[in-house]
Amino acid sequence: MKVVTSNFITCAVKDCKSFPLHFRDAKLELQELDFQAEFIQNIIPRLDWDKLQITANELGFSNISDTKPNDDALNNEQILRDLHKLLLEVQIMEGKLICGDCGHEYMIKEGIANFLLPSHLGL
Amino acid sequence: MSRPEDVLPPDLFYNDNESRKYTTSSRIRNIQSDMTHRALELLDLKSPSLILDLGCGSGLSGEILSSLPGEEGGPHTWIGMDISPSMLDVALQRDVEGDLLLADIGQGVPFRPGSFDAAISISAIQWLCNAETSDVSSEGRLRRFFEGLYACLRRGGRAVCQFYPKNDAQRSMISAAAMHAGFGAGILEDDPGTKNSKLYLVLTVGGGGLKGDITGVVQGMDEVDVLDARKRAIQNKTSSSKKGDKAWIMRKKDQMERKGKVVKATSKYTGRKRRPAF
Repeated sequence: MKVVTSNFITCAVKDCKSFPLHFRDAKLELQELDFQAEFIQNIIPRLDWDKLQITANELGFSNISDTKPNDDALNNEQILRDLHKLLLEVQIMEGKLICGDCGHEYMIKEGIANFLLPSHLGL
Repeated sequence: MSRPEDVLPPDLFYNDNESRKYTTSSRIRNIQSDMTHRALELLDLKSPSLILDLGCGSGLSGEILSSLPGEEGGPHTWIGMDISPSMLDVALQRDVEGDLLLADIGQGVPFRPGSFDAAISISAIQWLCNAETSDVSSEGRLRRFFEGLYACLRRGGRAVCQFYPKNDAQRSMISAAAMHAGFGAGILEDDPGTKNSKLYLVLTVGGGGLKGDITGVVQGMDEVDVLDARKRAIQNKTSSSKKGDKAWIMRKKDQMERKGKVVKATSKYTGRKRRPAF
């Protein structure tokens, strides 16, 4: 699971839908991908920066800036490259995603999070 | 040919063996790639985007999304959802670039509002028409799916879902569910009437007006006939005749004749008013 996904995914439980989910016992891996400045520029306005900071801190990346890059920073290649690395190249291979509200745990195995719910929670 | 939907639920049908067969069959791969390219054409994305792949399976369509050349708007980043663990396992072995989730799209689409630029789904949503246990219904599954999808697409975003409906009832059930969720919905049919006929449900969020939906999407495409039921309804309304006038009588006589009833011949007096005697 990538960090970019964790910035968009919510709890799947019917009456919860809270955001963000918190990583626990995460094992990370770096998977190199081609850098595309355009994609990062496209995605920045949609990121929830406060929640991204929380996630990054949980995963041990504390060097993330306090504010969302804007104006000039959007064309600064180094900033975009750092974001690319954090959002797309870092993979959470094993661990758990935990909902802060309802406490539901989603297991992550081999990089795939299990969002299947028993029917009393999902319907 | 039997329909896999009638055999088993998707998570059981696509076991290790079926998933491998599905992914290695060159016939299926060709069809999937054609359909993905068609769907991309309908999505009309101009720059690298974040795409949701519903029922991504082993990543056959995702592979095309991440390898799309720059001049066609790519390469895109995608997040795939699928209910079959075996399919996802094959995707892992094939080292796809997208992010994968094991999830049932019939339970909803758990993303923040406005997360995605577009969504794509190849040969998946007909599975939603099957309710495998007594506590779920196909209508409920379709409703949760389309409501979740509507919420997580950004305004002006599009979703293209290629699907194989079993019959016309399923086809209208799916498009009605999409419209209920708030989508502008239309169906594009490739090679209609043949064995290779392919249906694409084109869903639009916002945009407004007639041009904001599928009629706007296919504008400028070659060899596409637009059959707009709404336009026909508007035309019918204006030309519909009042009860009792000549056009109405002629229509009724036609109807009766078709039913095989004996109908008086039509003359110049048909439908004319009788003048008062004095």
